[in-house]
Amino acid sequence: MNWLSMVAAASGEATDIKGGTFWMPASASTTAPEVDFVFYFIFAISAFFFALIIGLTLLFVIRYRARPGHHEQPSPSHNLALELTWSIIPSILVLVMFWYGFKTFMDQYNPPANAYEVLVTAQKWNWSFEYPNGYIDKDLHVPLGRPVRLVLSSQDVIHSFFVPAFRVKKDVVPGRYNKVWFEATKPGTYTVFCTEYCGTGHSDMLAHVIVHPPEEFEAWLEKAANFLDTLPPAEAGRMLFEQRGCGQCHSLDGSPRVGPSFKGLWGRTEKFTDGSEITADENYIRESIVNPQAKVVAGFEPVMPTYAGRLKDKEITYIIEYIKSLDKEQP
Amino acid sequence: MTTVDASLPQPVQRPASDSENYLTHAHGFLSWAFTLDHKRIGVMYLASTLAAFLLGGMLAMLIRTELLTPGQTVMDADTYNNVFTLHGAVLIFLFLIPVIPAALGNFVLPMMLGAKDVAFPRMNLLSYWIYATGAIMLLGVLLTGGLDTGWTFYTPYSTTTNTSVGLAMLAVFVLGFGNIFTGVNFITTIHKLRAPGQTWSKLPLFIWAQYATSVIQILATPVLGITVLLIFVERTMGIGIFDPNLGGDPVLFQHFFWFYSHPAVYIMVLPAMGVISELIATFSRKPIFGYKAIAGSSLAIAIIGFFVWGHHMFTSGQSTLAGTIFSFLTYAVAIPSAIKVFNWVATMYKGSIRLDAPMIYALSFLWLFGIGGLTGLFLGNLGVDLHLHDTYFVVAHFHYVMVGGTLAAFLGGLHFWWPKMFGRMYNEKLARVAALMVFVGFNLTFFVQFIAGTKGMPRRYFNYLPEFTIYHQISSIGAFLTGLAFFVILYYLVVSLIKGRPAPANPWGAASLDWQTTSPPHPHNFTSDPVLIGPYEYSALMWNEEIGGYVLRPEVAARAGHGQEAQA
Repeated sequence: MNWLSMVAAASGEATDIKGGTFWMPASASTTAPEVDFVFYFIFAISAFFFALIIGLTLLFVIRYRARPGHHEQPSPSHNLALELTWSIIPSILVLVMFWYGFKTFMDQYNPPANAYEVLVTAQKWNWSFEYPNGYIDKDLHVPLGRPVRLVLSSQDVIHSFFVPAFRVKKDVVPGRYNKVWFEATKPGTYTVFCTEYCGTGHSDMLAHVIVHPPEEFEAWLEKAANFLDTLPPAEAGRMLFEQRGCGQCHSLDGSPRVGPSFKGLWGRTEKFTDGSEITADENYIRESIVNPQAKVVAGFEPVMPTYAGRLKDKEITYIIEYIKSLDKEQP
Repeated sequence: MTTVDASLPQPVQRPASDSENYLTHAHGFLSWAFTLDHKRIGVMYLASTLAAFLLGGMLAMLIRTELLTPGQTVMDADTYNNVFTLHGAVLIFLFLIPVIPAALGNFVLPMMLGAKDVAFPRMNLLSYWIYATGAIMLLGVLLTGGLDTGWTFYTPYSTTTNTSVGLAMLAVFVLGFGNIFTGVNFITTIHKLRAPGQTWSKLPLFIWAQYATSVIQILATPVLGITVLLIFVERTMGIGIFDPNLGGDPVLFQHFFWFYSHPAVYIMVLPAMGVISELIATFSRKPIFGYKAIAGSSLAIAIIGFFVWGHHMFTSGQSTLAGTIFSFLTYAVAIPSAIKVFNWVATMYKGSIRLDAPMIYALSFLWLFGIGGLTGLFLGNLGVDLHLHDTYFVVAHFHYVMVGGTLAAFLGGLHFWWPKMFGRMYNEKLARVAALMVFVGFNLTFFVQFIAGTKGMPRRYFNYLPEFTIYHQISSIGAFLTGLAFFVILYYLVVSLIKGRPAPANPWGAASLDWQTTSPPHPHNFTSDPVLIGPYEYSALMWNEEIGGYVLRPEVAARAGHGQEAQA
């Protein structure tokens, strides 16, 4: 089964790509119509000049094609007035294009003062979104009609945050904070892509933006943030598994991805690259989360980033409970 | 001082006569490996770049096969990442950059000037062997761990992946020297070895384009070399330059990389424009319209092209001021390209247009480069680029410029100069069919990618959302059609070598000096001084039924004969 369709099934189908026009995806932010206007403006001018060039070419090819009785006729080999015309008119047109692009860019660049801030961390190959109350989710939930400012940082290589429906894109560069903002104008689910090549899982490094009506957003956030206290440990562990993107690399169906599958992991005897073996227990799983390079299962690359300091003790415990529970669910 | 391989081993020594040509006057491997003849070096470059093209094209077919369905089709993600990286690296560094200057340029540039060879024949041979060494090193990554960084080598991905990045970068470093040598050689040759009386305004526009290209090669390529050295310094001595963990800045690498690689785009496309100027004028039988504007715009593109690199980085977090300036200059560089296109169209006015295969390629160039250039207006736009950057729109744009532009011009030039190079005519009918197949297949492949891109499909994706399937499938069908066309071309070109009709000296009626020597040319290019006529002075030529080609009008030949006597 395709991993992407699994993600889509899990968190509601995004309709941003299919929706929209022939050229553009759905338009769901305040700056999207501005971008689209500039796009169609350039499109119209380009189409005109393309038609002009190709039209004249075809006309000349037909009219002046070599054939018995037809000879080339003299004509001037330069014409200053004509040449100035076709230099100056395009120059003016591209200046106008530049100006519209500049204006739109400044709107896309400068967030309004009252923006709601979310911290975004990118790593190979998932996103995590941290809300003001400390809750972390694998998807970006935002309120409708309120500017949202994202502070982007990367744990490893360069990634890029792209939401086609909002027409925003910003690279996520290690060692610096990049910022991007948008204001959603339509409730719905939209796709987040990684658009800077980052290796094996680059094309699976997706997330969703879920735009909530403003009155529902706070309620959602409060409920979501309390899941550690309200859910049974294994259930909370499953939420963490999904929210923190473990599934990008660890499958639940036994198929190997970037890392070993979690299916049947509990109590399994793992062989490591250095030849040693261990039977998976609480301490082994904990070590694999906080110090993943200590023991690397044979056949896999040592690519997992550490989660030390990024998962609380309680969260690690719940993830272990979830992995244990996977074994019991099997028929 | 230009010497032709008199001092070198020539297994079969025969006295030079008029029937001798550069292909037959010496035999054996060594006579090629150590030749100082620009024509043989050009042919060696041609064979090598075509081999690289075949490899890169095969990789393209693998990419398009994998992308027929979402998820895994025929290979896993890591293999795919290797395939698209090598596709780009091989086709850019081993094919697009050298193909027109080093293969076609080497062959025709000295003859267009009426010269016996380039200014530095030994340096020319060295540049070929440097190219060959670099090519072998680049292909060596296939045996030493592959390469999965994309041809852009962005840090810190490239400094942390465990594939063969070191070797690949060393290969690019080495290849750069081959380019610099070619550039130095051409500039010197154009300055010093023009025929008596051939002033700058009597140079074919192909020469002007080569001149502008050489300037870029000399000024930009060293920056690539320096960048590669900095990466070595960082990796071996731990000095933080690009790696944020050492206090470096990965975006700095992008600045360095594009400072070379954006001008490199013009290294690829300016010579193509030069070829198109020759083709359109010749097959319309009209002097090129606006000679000075076309020549000047080549130089303008070469100069302004150095100051637009930041338009690759609008989303990187560079300052808004920098982005604004780069966007402005990017629009400035659009104007000289537009001027060239208008001039080419105007050249056809009141001409007598023959649709031979080279002209079909030239006309498809106008279409393809037209789309490639105009879609650049979207990407140069600050606001719109934030949406389109790193999507398939960019992929489609640069394939329209690089493949639609450079490849179409190269194929046009190859068909144009093929009779000159090998003394044989190819099957014209098949050539026209193949040219149309390339045109249709190419548009089918890449036009839908614009739509996929504006819809949001990111580039370098192994897997994709099911919504994009239709675009990918149409694209793949187009790619297979294009691939098939290349085998048709290969077929009739090989056949022409075996049993093609012998080519006259000037089958197309072109006026530049390279057409005044025999096909294939004498080892010394000309056995008597060529008659200096204007590069687009088609009135000096007339059709000769007996030869099946064009010859100088008797009065023109007499005019020149008089001049020669005066010189003697």
